[in-house]
Amino acid sequence: MSHFLEAKKICKSFPGLQALNNVDLNVNKGEILAVVGENGAGKSTLMKILGGVINPDSGEILLDGQTVNIASIPQAQKLGIALIHQELHLAENLNVAANIFLGQEPRRGGILRLIDNKIYDLANQIMQELGLNCSPHALVSELSVGQKQLVEIARALSFQFRILIMDEPTASLSLDESKRLFGIIKALKEKDVTVLYISHRLKEIEEIADRVLVLRDGLNSGELQKSEIKHEAMVRLMVGRELKQFFQHAHRVQKTAEPLLRVEALRYLENQKPITFDIRPGEIVGMSGLAGSGRTELAETITGLRPMLTGEVFLKGENISISSPADAIRAGIFLVPEDRRLHGLVLPASVKDNILLASLNNIGHLGIIPLRGGDSLVQDMCEKLTIKTPSLNQQVGFLSGGNQQKVVLAKWLCRKPRVIIFDEPTQGIDVGAKAEIYALMDELAKDGIGILMISSDLEEILHVSDRVLVMHHASLAGELEGKDISEESIMKLATGGLVAA
Amino acid sequence: MKKLTGLIVFLVVLYIALAIAVPSQGFALNNYNLAERIGQYGVISLGAALVIITGGIDLSIGSVVVLSATACAILLTDKSFGLDPMLALPLVLGGGAVIGLIHGLLITKMNLPPFMVTLCGLFIYRGVARTISGNMSKGIGNQCIELRHFLYEGDIFGLPRFLVIYIILAIIAAIFLHFSVYGRYLYAIGGNEKAAKYSGIATDKYKILSYVLCSTLAAFFGILFLMKNNAVTPSSDGFFLELYAIAGAVLGGCSLRGGEGTVIGITIGTAIMWILPNLTNMWGVPSELEFIVIGSALLLGAIMDEKLRPAAKNA
Repeated sequence: MSHFLEAKKICKSFPGLQALNNVDLNVNKGEILAVVGENGAGKSTLMKILGGVINPDSGEILLDGQTVNIASIPQAQKLGIALIHQELHLAENLNVAANIFLGQEPRRGGILRLIDNKIYDLANQIMQELGLNCSPHALVSELSVGQKQLVEIARALSFQFRILIMDEPTASLSLDESKRLFGIIKALKEKDVTVLYISHRLKEIEEIADRVLVLRDGLNSGELQKSEIKHEAMVRLMVGRELKQFFQHAHRVQKTAEPLLRVEALRYLENQKPITFDIRPGEIVGMSGLAGSGRTELAETITGLRPMLTGEVFLKGENISISSPADAIRAGIFLVPEDRRLHGLVLPASVKDNILLASLNNIGHLGIIPLRGGDSLVQDMCEKLTIKTPSLNQQVGFLSGGNQQKVVLAKWLCRKPRVIIFDEPTQGIDVGAKAEIYALMDELAKDGIGILMISSDLEEILHVSDRVLVMHHASLAGELEGKDISEESIMKLATGGLVAA
Repeated sequence: MKKLTGLIVFLVVLYIALAIAVPSQGFALNNYNLAERIGQYGVISLGAALVIITGGIDLSIGSVVVLSATACAILLTDKSFGLDPMLALPLVLGGGAVIGLIHGLLITKMNLPPFMVTLCGLFIYRGVARTISGNMSKGIGNQCIELRHFLYEGDIFGLPRFLVIYIILAIIAAIFLHFSVYGRYLYAIGGNEKAAKYSGIATDKYKILSYVLCSTLAAFFGILFLMKNNAVTPSSDGFFLELYAIAGAVLGGCSLRGGEGTVIGITIGTAIMWILPNLTNMWGVPSELEFIVIGSALLLGAIMDEKLRPAAKNA
């Protein structure tokens, strides 16, 4: 029997990363196929290929038994394939209705149907179905993250498609919003629409999927039929046997130790519940929460990138004032940012220049940097962190994701770190390099450095953290320790549920 | 909306000040000249705005104006051409369109920064104009009286012809930008090019279109310039025109980040740009201070704009 949509032996590589290696996928009409895997397993890449956003290096795609060439987004749309991206792609300067219909506006000879309100009427219909409670005239820039995500979904629903690809559509939705979305997906299934569904929330997948395809490190890892879809079965296929080896964190935190960093009653927004927490020496504190819950903002406030409206920061009991990144760095509080290519590195500069960027004052004399200054320091760092680079003068943009992340870390280790905040430290990094990053974090913790690790990867949070803080709507929803740390308890807090305990 | 209200208030205040400053017997004439100037320069502000809305910039406007005026004068009056205006004008406008097309292609297909491409254009077209004119003034003398009458001389219902032309263009531009699918795409590209691309919009095509329209409008301004001044001197005319055009658009609410701006705003911005020097002139402020006044007004506008920006962006 031939499938409705079939992808055969799809390969795609990016510099330093084989994202997909001979991956197969097939799905029938009216089937809901969940695609799961760890971060960097290749799910999004595969979906982007099916949606015409990127082109595969090799492989074949068949639709209704016919070979098709999905070279561009309009081509995918013509074939009836709609893709809801993981990241928000909205024109924030336009209103909700304009975004929903972008590219396929109701029109009469090139003129928008604004005067007879057709655009707004149609938008309202879709918005009501989704439970998006705002005016279609509202500017997208004024919406919350959850609402923006619903606009993104509404956009896909606004046109005729046979295949709907959803890449983590619920990442920043509340439980109610997610429930409503599942209702819509089930209704689509009734209409014989094929749905490809990506999510990290395995509970959702148990509830909704007809079949599960699991990817691992760019390879097919296995498939589960409806009756086999169980949380443990998915995790087993996602992480494989190696999991235990990778996450070896010795819990050596002294619970009685004085807090190393204490953040008290901090606010970076007006009308925000003040945030208070502390990190003990040698402790890895995981921070979980939905996209847009304010984790990155909190990290930016502590490191002086964002003004602190109220609150105090204590380092070893001493009140320090942080009003600029320079203040935080002087205190030894460093940030390894979420988007390393944008905020962590100077991409066209060399490995050496990047590593020394924050320490030039110590190396230079009277502002002049000696020609070979810092070479030995950089050499040490590269060895200590096993940074794989052809030379110290290699442009950092050409390194693999894992090595780039190590360069960011090396930059801070040249100074004396006391607290390091990692924001999504292993995003887009292959499994091998992930393990190395975790080992480095462990190493740092052993030296008594306090670590705050922001992550959307629940497996990572579960296995690396000594303690977990959960954020929801820009406030601390709860704190979990020891046996209380579980995927369920974290998700409950992250989506605004009551405290688990 | 807040922005627009602020601009209107500012414009009204300036105009009242002007009414007080100008002696009553000269007021009508001053108004007429002012309206003509606003109409004329509004043409290039519209062009600059189209590009700015997509998040681009065009620095070559002044040079395109001078080249077009020079080419127009030569085509109309040179012995070896002596073309009929019905032929010469489309040629000049078409030339402008081709220049815009080249800009657009270089920016989209070769991925060059708009600033760089149009900066090079600024030098090149000025040089071409000086070369084809033999580095001399080119005039139309007493020829083309009909054309001049049609485009420039005399009023229509008491309004200068340049203003009438501008009003027609502005209405077309308003329909294009605010009510057509294509205008919507320009805003979407300026707001988030990736979002536009992911919606299946041929973003390159629309960016190219904006540069074509901008250069065509600059060429049209060149024709108007020639009609009004009767001659053009490529070595000295038309300097800073692109900056006036950009300043008018930005003062009128176009954000250099792209994605923002309205035709009514651009019109008010251009009006403010030209009332200001008129007013300072009437107040007897030495003309060497004029640029300081314009620059300060722009700076003030930019500061106000930042203050009025909704704080939601930082949330």
